[in-house]
Amino acid sequence: MSKRGLRLVALTIVVMIAATLWILPGSGVQAQAKKYRVGLVYDVGGRGDLSFNDMAYAGLARAQKQFGARIETRDLEPTAGGENREELLRLLAGEKFDLIFGIGFLFTDSVTRVSKDFRNVKFGIIDGFIPDQPNVASLLFKEHEGSFLVGAAAGLKTKTNRVGFVGGMKIPLIERFEAGFIAGATHVNPRVQVFSEYAGTTGEAFRDPVKGKELALAEYDRGADIIYHASGGTGIGVFEAAVVKKRMAIGVDADQSLTVKPDQRRQILTSMMKRVDVAVFQTISGMINGKYKAGVETFGLKENGVGYAVNEFNRSRIRDIVPRLEALKRDIIAGKIKVPEDKKQLAEFVKKVKR
Amino acid sequence: METLVSLLTLALIASAIRVTMPILLAALGAVYSERGGVINIGLEGIMIMGTLFGAVGDYVFAQRFPGLVESVPDLAPAAGVLVAILAGVLFALIHAVVTVTFRVDQIISGVALNLLAVGAARFLNILFFEVSTQSPGVSGFTPLNIPILKDIPALEPIATSISPMIPAALLLVLISHWVLLRTRFGLRLRAVGEHPLAADTLGINVIRTRYAGVMISGAFAGMAGAYLAIEQAHLYFEGMTQGRGFIALAAMIFGNWWPLGALGASALFGYFDALSLRVVRLPVPSQFINVLPHIVSILVLAGFVRRAQPPAADGIPYSKEEE
Repeated sequence: MSKRGLRLVALTIVVMIAATLWILPGSGVQAQAKKYRVGLVYDVGGRGDLSFNDMAYAGLARAQKQFGARIETRDLEPTAGGENREELLRLLAGEKFDLIFGIGFLFTDSVTRVSKDFRNVKFGIIDGFIPDQPNVASLLFKEHEGSFLVGAAAGLKTKTNRVGFVGGMKIPLIERFEAGFIAGATHVNPRVQVFSEYAGTTGEAFRDPVKGKELALAEYDRGADIIYHASGGTGIGVFEAAVVKKRMAIGVDADQSLTVKPDQRRQILTSMMKRVDVAVFQTISGMINGKYKAGVETFGLKENGVGYAVNEFNRSRIRDIVPRLEALKRDIIAGKIKVPEDKKQLAEFVKKVKR
Repeated sequence: METLVSLLTLALIASAIRVTMPILLAALGAVYSERGGVINIGLEGIMIMGTLFGAVGDYVFAQRFPGLVESVPDLAPAAGVLVAILAGVLFALIHAVVTVTFRVDQIISGVALNLLAVGAARFLNILFFEVSTQSPGVSGFTPLNIPILKDIPALEPIATSISPMIPAALLLVLISHWVLLRTRFGLRLRAVGEHPLAADTLGINVIRTRYAGVMISGAFAGMAGAYLAIEQAHLYFEGMTQGRGFIALAAMIFGNWWPLGALGASALFGYFDALSLRVVRLPVPSQFINVLPHIVSILVLAGFVRRAQPPAADGIPYSKEEE
């Protein structure tokens, strides 16, 4: 490199350092008005999963848009296996964030521990049940209620009287989706047969599209014509199988008709919406307005925390059953239908329907 | 009885073939590397690179040349496979440089490769797609239907919607068998893996031959990754290899370091894998079916242990000066 070139590089570096120094104190001054800092750590799968995590991000983004300069947000992704989720929570807590979210059931242990060590930091956990910490808001969803409605949609729409379910990790949370789905399908169609499969027993089960595809193909081969998945990234494989077999699938968490490839979109009947974004946004705005509440908060059909998706792509396809679904929704909210949450309640429910 | 019949349905066999392919391709690669005397436990990492770059190549090609892809849709996945193979070769090159030229312990280099791949994949994914864990959806090859057979309804599961990569992989088994047994390159590769000093005195370039073995293994593992991303999932998803690189290594050992053996062993793993996905009404827990292939391989390895013959110089770095 020539001497002149070297001088140019040196000059550039000096200018850059000077510029940085110039900017730094400026941003410090602006932060003088009380600025709330909100942190968020994603579940396995991270941003861009087109469902669960992206919904959490949507809530955070909405808060950032709404409150603008009054809040500062940061979102972090754990490593592939999620081993460092506790470190990330501690990192945010150590930097004196006001409110920190752990997205997902797998955060239960780490949020419990970190919230004990940082009493003056507020926490929110999605899908985790931590009822006894004064600084943790547990944000739970009645997934079984939303799943009941998409189950009813499947039960009404099936031509083979066989439908399927593909779950991710076999845990009580995902079994709630399954129970609600089966209950909904049998409620509207007592002759329906439901196949149920799970991708595994670890967090890996939420990011194995290859396995999801094979599981779904197996269910389609057994005669199912609609499959509901509650399996995060694994579900992309379910959609892929639906494309191969030209059958239908039901999405989960987000309105997945809007986020998948066009060829998969055509196969999506509807999606069970789990409004993680609503829970995240409400918790943030609650904190800013001084109304943050620790303890358990549940989002069901009544709170619009769960539901089924109607969009420009599936509207014509489910138009005929929407009135029926809306009626069921009213019945659930009114307490006329009690949606089962687990295997035992489901067995009783199914017995009653078949009688 | 229904259970017994379902153990052999054509749909199950079709599923088994699909899940066998990535294991088979990576195992074939391992045969080349180890026949040349280099243990490659970095296969998993190379496969991860293959899944990512398969999706990247496919996606970018489709974005850049929409007109071309419109008229010949198979070009995009073909580009993906090529890019994945290239990425696999380059990634394997690291292993070759470290172990063949600098004679570092081959296990350590392989482990490092696996760790590097996990981090690099996330970094590169953010670079390419601005999210950390998955790519947008990509298109696969047009599936093949076997003429005549496809019109017989009973054969529908195995005669229709076949990925063209499946016959290609099976062909590669035969080609590899022929290359290793019948060609000059194959003979030299094996000589270098059995007795590098003897090979060297006969004028064979040990270093170059070993480089070739490792890089071919990278090409195969990259292709295995491309199959997962392009043909099975139609996208890249972090962690989608799910340890198949290690299974492939086991299949290669189980197959006694030969392509046809690797085919048999991979098929066994694939069959049990598919079985665990399909036969769910068995009276035993699903976990039991999941461990079956590993129990079988332990039993067979124990039974055949005297017959299992790795290349004599497998895992031993070669240097002219020291011997």
